[in-house]
Amino acid sequence: MKLKTIKFVLLVAAVLLLGGCAAMQKAPEEEGPAPVIETQPPGPSESGAERGGDAATSGMERGAAWTGSPLENPDSPLYTRVIHFDFDRSEIKPEWRDIVVAHGRYLAQNPSVTVVIEGHCDERGSREYNIGLGERRANAVKRLLLAEGAMQSQITTISYGEERPVAFGSDEASWAQNRRAVFVY
Amino acid sequence: MFNGMMKKLLILVALLWWQMGQAAPLTIEITESEVGALPIAVVPFGWQGPGRPPAEKLGAIVDADLKRSGRFKTMPPKDMIAFPHTGSEVDFRDWRVLGMESLVVGQVQPNSAGGYIVRFQLFDVFKGEQLAGYSIPTTARDLRATAHHISDLIYEKLTGQRGAFATRVAYVTSIVQPDGRRTIALQVADADGHHPQTIVTSTEPLMSPAWSPDGLKLAYVSFERGRPAIYVQEVYTGRRQKVASFKGINGAPAWSPDGRKLALTLSKDGNPDIFILDLARRTVRPLTRHYAIDTEPAWSPDGRHIVWTSDRGGRPQIYRAPSTGGKAERITFEGRYNARASYSPDGKMLTLVTQVGSDFRIGVLDLASRQLRVLSDGALDESPSFAPNGSMVIYATKIRGQGELAAVSVDGRVRQRLALQAGDVREPAWAPYSQ
Repeated sequence: MKLKTIKFVLLVAAVLLLGGCAAMQKAPEEEGPAPVIETQPPGPSESGAERGGDAATSGMERGAAWTGSPLENPDSPLYTRVIHFDFDRSEIKPEWRDIVVAHGRYLAQNPSVTVVIEGHCDERGSREYNIGLGERRANAVKRLLLAEGAMQSQITTISYGEERPVAFGSDEASWAQNRRAVFVY
Repeated sequence: MFNGMMKKLLILVALLWWQMGQAAPLTIEITESEVGALPIAVVPFGWQGPGRPPAEKLGAIVDADLKRSGRFKTMPPKDMIAFPHTGSEVDFRDWRVLGMESLVVGQVQPNSAGGYIVRFQLFDVFKGEQLAGYSIPTTARDLRATAHHISDLIYEKLTGQRGAFATRVAYVTSIVQPDGRRTIALQVADADGHHPQTIVTSTEPLMSPAWSPDGLKLAYVSFERGRPAIYVQEVYTGRRQKVASFKGINGAPAWSPDGRKLALTLSKDGNPDIFILDLARRTVRPLTRHYAIDTEPAWSPDGRHIVWTSDRGGRPQIYRAPSTGGKAERITFEGRYNARASYSPDGKMLTLVTQVGSDFRIGVLDLASRQLRVLSDGALDESPSFAPNGSMVIYATKIRGQGELAAVSVDGRVRQRLALQAGDVREPAWAPYSQ
């Protein structure tokens, strides 16, 4: 149900994004040239995605418009701030890709927003190696955010390795929770 | 047979006692047979003088030291048939009957200076000869240290190798406060876990303590300012300096044997590589340049090589290169995961973390034969560190979800859990002999 919602929202966003690309060319006539010059990298995703953001947060599911930040909207993929990894791996798994992409687009649309990406590991293996692995995870997220139009200056990464677990058991369920990257806005 | 049963029972009793959180601070677990261990009797030390004897039981401390080294099989006092405190009270026939090869007797008496004088003698039971005899003035505060010093003297006399009982260990603790917040502390304690003293506390992670070769300083990683930085702190004065706070990772400090440089991990250029920091000049030069994770450097005792962990082959393994730079040579091939290696004091072995099935254990790699021996039997063992005489390895383990320290003799024969206060304990670093 939730996944469906996310997929639908993304579909709407994608459609509007395409619409946005088309709108870009018309933009000067509609709004005047000033806003385009103001935005730093004037890519097509910039103005288009902004519209997509609005649409994604409109209240089709809840029956009322969401008025707060999309980061606080439980129906937005941006509401998910933690993604998970396999042991000793740093690839973003397919099931988390849409979440990261949504964050990347959000950052691209909101150039004044900054985010810290924390990389974390489970307790297995050595601690300093896990610091390296956590950084690799944070960097994997960062690369995808950049690919979606976010700017370097918006993203800081930090690795905590296995030093800040959220689950304290020594079992696969806890380890899976701890192998994570966290978006901290 | 009966002996074995008895031993298991005693261990069980010791464990229960320990679990109750009562006075038994030290649990010694015999993990293999004692074949080859020297039989020695340490008679409980006597008290000569008015007033009450000190709380520290010196004979028991010496007994525990010798036992956990794995080199000695000590005699429980309840099996003794005589309790001499001086050489003149010893009848060697008593101890020959009990199969003892060596005997330690001693006594404590008050000193006019308000302290104590500790006397002890070590005998060869078979020859009926004294091998060593000392009279050591000490204070109430230093009684445990005096006992460890006696253990060192006995150990050296009987094995020909310098003892490492009167040394210290640094480690990191994590304690949940009543308000739910975590306090991370860097502590230093005696090598048997007693006398812990806190030298740094933080609400953010503290990691990777590393002793300077003179035993006077600790390098460590602190996230206290929200990002990792490497500090060097003088242990006795508490004075410290921030020596590395580059963008990204600042981790895994390791001292060169001359104490002038730190090998460390920096990711300032994009991914973790090993760098050499000249502490006087404050310059860094790269040792590795590879897109893989390169971390956890350690110097060979002669300063000529550095080993480190790298996953350039797909999984973490140990590599070695000249400390001046040069070609990286992979040196571990057994096992899927080998990490955090450090050299034995003689430079002939590495201790490291190695994956066995799904478990992470402590191994010792013989550099000449390339044979890897697994010393521990936990599921989450890490951070091994050699004693300064190479006789034991201290490491971190997890018991019922709680981090604890353990030590194992290099032959794997004796494993011991170190007593420390409540909280998660990890990352032990055995101090060198102080100069």
